[in-house]
Amino acid sequence: MKMKRLTYWAFLAPCMLALLIVIIIPFALGIYYSFTKYNGFQVTAFVGLDNYVKAFLDERFLRSLWFTSAVSFVSVIGINLIGLGLALLVTQSIGKFSTLFRTVFFMPNLIGGIILGFIWQFIFLKGFEGLFELTGLSLFNGWLSTPETGFWGLVILLLWQMSGYIMIIYISFLVNIPREVVEASIIDGANAWQTFWRIKFPLLAPVFTISLFLSLSNTFKVYDQNMALTKGGPFHSTEMATMNIYNTAFQVNDMGYAQAKAIIFMFIITVITLIQLYLTRKREIDL
Amino acid sequence: MRNNKRISRTVFILLGTVLSLLWLYPLYLIVTNSLKTKAEIFTNKLGLPTSPTLANYKDAFLAMDFYRSFVNSFIITFFSVVIICICTSMAAYALSRRPGKLSSFIYFGFALLMLVPFQAIMIPLVSVFGSIDMLNRIGLIIMYLGLASSMSIFLYYGTLRGLPQELDEASLIDGANRFQIYLYIIFPLLKPTTITVVVINALWFWNDYLLPSIVINKDGLYTIPLKMFYFFGEYTKQWHLALAGLVIAILPVIIVYMFLQKHIVQGISEGAVK
Repeated sequence: MKMKRLTYWAFLAPCMLALLIVIIIPFALGIYYSFTKYNGFQVTAFVGLDNYVKAFLDERFLRSLWFTSAVSFVSVIGINLIGLGLALLVTQSIGKFSTLFRTVFFMPNLIGGIILGFIWQFIFLKGFEGLFELTGLSLFNGWLSTPETGFWGLVILLLWQMSGYIMIIYISFLVNIPREVVEASIIDGANAWQTFWRIKFPLLAPVFTISLFLSLSNTFKVYDQNMALTKGGPFHSTEMATMNIYNTAFQVNDMGYAQAKAIIFMFIITVITLIQLYLTRKREIDL
Repeated sequence: MRNNKRISRTVFILLGTVLSLLWLYPLYLIVTNSLKTKAEIFTNKLGLPTSPTLANYKDAFLAMDFYRSFVNSFIITFFSVVIICICTSMAAYALSRRPGKLSSFIYFGFALLMLVPFQAIMIPLVSVFGSIDMLNRIGLIIMYLGLASSMSIFLYYGTLRGLPQELDEASLIDGANRFQIYLYIIFPLLKPTTITVVVINALWFWNDYLLPSIVINKDGLYTIPLKMFYFFGEYTKQWHLALAGLVIAILPVIIVYMFLQKHIVQGISEGAVK
């Protein structure tokens, strides 16, 4: 028995309305704004492609895109290596320790980006200063005061936050690998190393697609952590793309221009994730 | 062979313990320093407090108006999550009980909208809601419904496809209407999915900063993440208060995590994998 037409629409209405006013209308308006001079209250001029041309010549914006890509690239590799490592560790037969370790590694993921940023600000500014005084290693000196330490600070924060999350995803696949397959390989004389590379690794292909996709899009869109850790400083050198868009929109109040940047950002993130999905899907089939 | 196994077990436990301590070290530093006086944080950064004090907590609690910001965060998270669970499960139910081209089309539309990153709609979203005077709480809750709909509908739809139509039909013959069937039969059966939907959305809303920061413009409505900036002004940084504030801010989530750990981990994992 099919649902009656009227009931059908009544059940769908709240979500469709919300999507209409929260995503569809703003998205359409956003594309329009990107071709105008807009101050948040009224459109004062239609400027065609000017905002886009300006964005491609805007050094600070281009630097923020480059910085975002670099942070995302390094973090995605790190998050996935650590996440997979932790997942392999906690799925060994270590009894109750398994749950305990999982709980600890996943915990940072529950903490909001703003709070994470402030926590690590303290660690890098004061904790590292303490370590520097204790050990005298210049490695711990002057964190967040240079573009390099700002970069690595952000990467370390993201690794701490997201590795446990990605670990959970790897675990859900690792536990689904049939026990017989692993046992058979051990009986055949494979050691742990071989079992991983020859048996588990190929079976993990679909999870790489998911976890790379999630870590890529999560790190690319970061704002809160960036805001609380360095606020883009020193001298905008650690400003990520979202913060650049935010500042143009809400500090400079050049909303049409900010919107053009946002559309460029969307285009880049879509292309990158599509390439990633294409490549890992292809690998899935190859393996 | 058995000996070998025991050795590797010990090595794994040892490695896990070392890594766990490393993972917890930042939180350990935050908690221990929050118990020190302003002066001691400068001289003794890594050690335990010489004479632990809870004074910072009292001051931080008042400074961030914790009671009110907690209630504000709670109201927004709670109502957003409840409304999302009801609306998206109803939408997914409708889609699953009228299969055909139209439903496929609508489903595909939901999927397509997930590709729009928040950054692309952030600016016009504020203009649209500002122009109809719908910023602050209610506006924020509607925005969350719009932003979270697609994902939650997917999760519900996946489960609903597995529930046989005969279930509804028996009750329809008994004279129940669709809403009653949804409420008394379908929704209770969706409980595991509802837990997933609640977990992923509640964590998102509770911790969110960017959207509330541009939507909420009344100080009395500030959520916990917004209030954190009280301690991090342009020139003054009072670490002793800030650290206590950070601990207070984390505590509610950690307490909930301790009790509902299994559900939370499962919810996160299902939400990501499906």
